[in-house]
Amino acid sequence: MLAIAGTVPDPDPGLMIGRVDLVNNMIRLDGRSVPVNRGTPALLGAVVQTLKVFGETDIQGFLANDTGLGTGSRRLYQYLVDEAALSGISTLVFHYLQPDVDWHHKILFKLNEMADKPVMIADAGFMYAAKMSGQAKDYDLFTPDAGELAFLADEMAPHPFYTRGFILQTDNRVTDLVQRAYAHENAAQYLLVKGSTDYIMDQTGLLFSVDSPSVESMEAIGGTGDTLTGIVTALISTGMAIPKAAYAAAKINRVAGFYADPTPATQVIEMIAQIPRAVETVLKEDHGGSS
Amino acid sequence: MFNLFKKKTLPSSVQDASYADFGFLVFENTSEVIQAERLLKSKGWNISVKGPPPEIQSGCDLVIQFPLIEQLNILRFLEKSLIEPLQVVPVAGPMLKPVDLFQVKDLGDFLMVRAANMKLTVEKQTTLIVNISGGGCPDVPYLACEMVGKPLFSCPRPLDIGHTLCGYALGLAFEEMQKRCSQ
Repeated sequence: MLAIAGTVPDPDPGLMIGRVDLVNNMIRLDGRSVPVNRGTPALLGAVVQTLKVFGETDIQGFLANDTGLGTGSRRLYQYLVDEAALSGISTLVFHYLQPDVDWHHKILFKLNEMADKPVMIADAGFMYAAKMSGQAKDYDLFTPDAGELAFLADEMAPHPFYTRGFILQTDNRVTDLVQRAYAHENAAQYLLVKGSTDYIMDQTGLLFSVDSPSVESMEAIGGTGDTLTGIVTALISTGMAIPKAAYAAAKINRVAGFYADPTPATQVIEMIAQIPRAVETVLKEDHGGSS
Repeated sequence: MFNLFKKKTLPSSVQDASYADFGFLVFENTSEVIQAERLLKSKGWNISVKGPPPEIQSGCDLVIQFPLIEQLNILRFLEKSLIEPLQVVPVAGPMLKPVDLFQVKDLGDFLMVRAANMKLTVEKQTTLIVNISGGGCPDVPYLACEMVGKPLFSCPRPLDIGHTLCGYALGLAFEEMQKRCSQ
């Protein structure tokens, strides 16, 4: 089963645990409805829409309400460590959670103890914690954007806010930054770097790059990176190999953006609505990439 | 371009990665440290008083170690309490400075400013905030809910309502955008 751990911005302190659905453009989970605008709900929406094409609906959500104080994230960390919640999960993605190295250690220890450790994907705050903890290589996939890649490449930075200028500057090549992240063991087994060109890389170098269709306004739209992480997670959960899933997901996200015909003011739900059509389009094509 | 294969030795203060997500608050004198410690502890923050690492050249002989991710929230609280630190530095690299590099992209009718991992986009003609993207801390979706669709010059400021370093980075992008849109 596929599971997603993340947060939603709601002051209600309770956790939301259970099967995830998308109903009338809202995420339904544990008897509650959450709007799909950006962050973890956008990721969840993309997962549901991708797996719909495969006839798969068994998606487990672990959500905490957290507006940035960290209380909800820590409550969810405690739940995941204490309960048998993670057993039976084959693909697990961690998302917008308050970065906390101490809790990261506890979660990772629990996962590494499991007989059938899931495929582990991290993005956003939990990826920051994984890098800071020095245990990034225990993960199968990270999905950073350009700013986050610079952070992974800066072995000193404890958060993207403190990334050094000579690494952050835009004339650095993505492939150089990825190499630097691997040299300091601050990257997962695979990286899917989101940007005007998407790069799928591992320690050996570039595996694929995807730059079409190019929809420039997508960069400004909150949640388009989250949808990419959701699509790749969903494809991996179907058994697709990670590099192939990352390549297909990059294409699908772009095609969904193309179908939505967005402006920089478009909201991500319009793109999520196009995902099933984009999945069908891309999976019909030959999956060979340019490397 | 980069020296890829030479692993840097981290400062002694971060030999234990458990402290990699902490920062130091540096104060003018010990009495401010004691007062700040009492106030922060009374609010439940996970802080402790330490000796400063050698890289820190200013302030007194004690510093407060705090969860770095909560820097924005803690600084706002101390400012209200009239005890402002001289300096705030990450334990992982006391010489590190907050990002001061902005990437600006003209998207026709829209303008996008990026600071670190945060991007803010406004419609040029109306100065309405149309999108916020990037970031990884849980206050980013919250900030987006509070700001998107509102005018740049009258919406809530991320530095006032955000909590984390992502909120802080968005605050810097917001101020840079205000500067550019008022020219």
